[in-house]
Amino acid sequence: MNKRAQKLLQSDGSVSVLVVLLGFLVGTILVALVGKNPLNMYKALLQSFSGYNIDNGRMNVRYIGETLNYSVPFILCGLSMGFAKRVGLFNIGGEGQYIMGMTVAQAVALLGPQIQSLHWMLAILSAIVIGALWGGVVGVLKAKYEVSEVVSTIMLNYVALYLSRIICLQLPGATTYKTANFPQTALIGNTFFQKITNNSLLNNGIFMMIIAVVVYWFIMEKTSLGYGMRATGFNKDAARASGIPVVKSISISMAISGAFAGLAGGIVALGSFKYGRVISGMDGYGFDGIAVALVGNCTALGTTLAGLLFGMLKNAQALMQGKQIPKEITFIIQGLIVIFIALRSALKLYQEYLDKKQLQKEVGVK
Amino acid sequence: MSMILGMLPSVLMIVAPILITAIGGMICEKSGVVNIALEGLMAIGACTAAAAHVLMEGSGMPHNLSLFLALVMGLLVGALFSVVHAVAAINLNADQTISGTGINLLANGVTIFASQILFNADRTKEFRMGMQTDGLGVYPTAYIALAVVLLSWFVLYKIPFGMHLRACGEHPGAAESVGINVKKMRYIAVISSGLLAGLAGGCVVLTQTIQYTSNTINGRGFIALAAVSFGRWRPLGVTGAALLFGTAQAFAIIANNIPALRVLPTEVFNILPYVVTLAALVLFSGKNYAPSAAGKPYEKGAS
Repeated sequence: MNKRAQKLLQSDGSVSVLVVLLGFLVGTILVALVGKNPLNMYKALLQSFSGYNIDNGRMNVRYIGETLNYSVPFILCGLSMGFAKRVGLFNIGGEGQYIMGMTVAQAVALLGPQIQSLHWMLAILSAIVIGALWGGVVGVLKAKYEVSEVVSTIMLNYVALYLSRIICLQLPGATTYKTANFPQTALIGNTFFQKITNNSLLNNGIFMMIIAVVVYWFIMEKTSLGYGMRATGFNKDAARASGIPVVKSISISMAISGAFAGLAGGIVALGSFKYGRVISGMDGYGFDGIAVALVGNCTALGTTLAGLLFGMLKNAQALMQGKQIPKEITFIIQGLIVIFIALRSALKLYQEYLDKKQLQKEVGVK
Repeated sequence: MSMILGMLPSVLMIVAPILITAIGGMICEKSGVVNIALEGLMAIGACTAAAAHVLMEGSGMPHNLSLFLALVMGLLVGALFSVVHAVAAINLNADQTISGTGINLLANGVTIFASQILFNADRTKEFRMGMQTDGLGVYPTAYIALAVVLLSWFVLYKIPFGMHLRACGEHPGAAESVGINVKKMRYIAVISSGLLAGLAGGCVVLTQTIQYTSNTINGRGFIALAAVSFGRWRPLGVTGAALLFGTAQAFAIIANNIPALRVLPTEVFNILPYVVTLAALVLFSGKNYAPSAAGKPYEKGAS
């Protein structure tokens, strides 16, 4: 392997691109193997991304709006995962934090004071707070009681799912799957966006997402809090030795991590639906957020780009189904991408092998 | 009392697959590899078994043979997918949580994708007849689960092979130094967990429902994972935990028929396994029952 290729494989960004391409490649082969035309998959992706329907040459900007709208929870859940990952924690609990955010936002929307602009702000804020609590608990359990965050977050996901059902079934007008409609003051729709994107569901949530991305970047790169967290992530003992409060660092970072996912839940509840949902299964944004963060290497920019990619995939699902491509191919591609990310540790092993070879050559051992 | 006895068969029906999966997860963690892909592996096993049974039943194969082969296929495909986790975790020193999550995500897609291709629907076709209960009203899966528990206990604690496997999870370096092949042991353990999860998936689909849908497994793999922790990584403990959790799940389904329980939302029983596990992990914290090398990649020669 030449030097340039080696350099490329050492950069996180290019490895991510490679991993995504590999995922698509295997997905494409799979589609072809079952006798479908992979081209249709890419036509659907193009339409989902740009709104352009290559078959009849028509343009519909609604698809762009929907892709962006789908990206919002992916990016936020990616930030949630990424924030914890930076401290060396694996937050599989994004799903639970998202569900709690959604649930509380729905409750505040239906029961809160119907005052213009204050109402939705209160609902979103409550979603953020409950997300932070739901995540913070994991941090405390980890830091104080040494409970593995992987196990505790998985448990809390299901607690959140069923708790959400118990709560939502008590809300006004609740049936087995939905509640009464939200009052206007609770919604975060944006009439300007609706006008320019041909009535897509794109809403003010995208602004909140952008603020969240900036906050993420700022905390991570510019504050001593972020520094302490990253130090804890690199080497817990060294961080402790240099006076960084590790327990506090872990708890706070899990809380902030949960806040991002909670916000995602709030935005989806108030932006994409006009009524509260009584969920019987998980939306999956929290789980997919794991993949989003891993593809984006847990950086603000990378996670945003990866989130857009996942939003595009999700929006393309219905289009694919319309073109006789089973929409589950998008899940397969996402799963493959995560598996390939796990396998990238092989690159490190390969690098070590090369280094060893190099060293042996230098000292003249045959 | 008679009511509780009457519930027993349905409790066993629900407990059996959870227990089988949990034993697999336990073996895997005993060898030092954490497998959070149990959920996905169960889904893959369930989908394979359901699809195989529908197709073989339709081709006029004798009912019992078809059921048996469907279970075997579920088990084999489960094992096949667990090889991915094994390669990642054992050979490539990958992050075991990431590769497990990847398999879970992949399973969501692969199972329904296969149904779309085979049956043109987002679920497998319904089979005519699943497993039948015996004279006591108990499904054969309960006996399979019992056999799995006894076998795992015997293998892990009564023969040298089991001791070697457990050594790999406690101190792989020491195990290697006395001539145990750590990688081989871990491969056997991970693939066993895939085998058992695949088998359990088949058990779920052939006893509790008539087809595979994206909702068939619905967290059972994660409950099994909880049972491993709550059962403190011992066959007897894991069995007790699976019984407790399975009973709670069964109550969620049958609570509607019991007036005294109708005042509680059925979701309370659904939540129970998860809350109990969390509480137990907090209570038992400090005393660490988990295999000490679980989840850590083992690099030969590194101290």
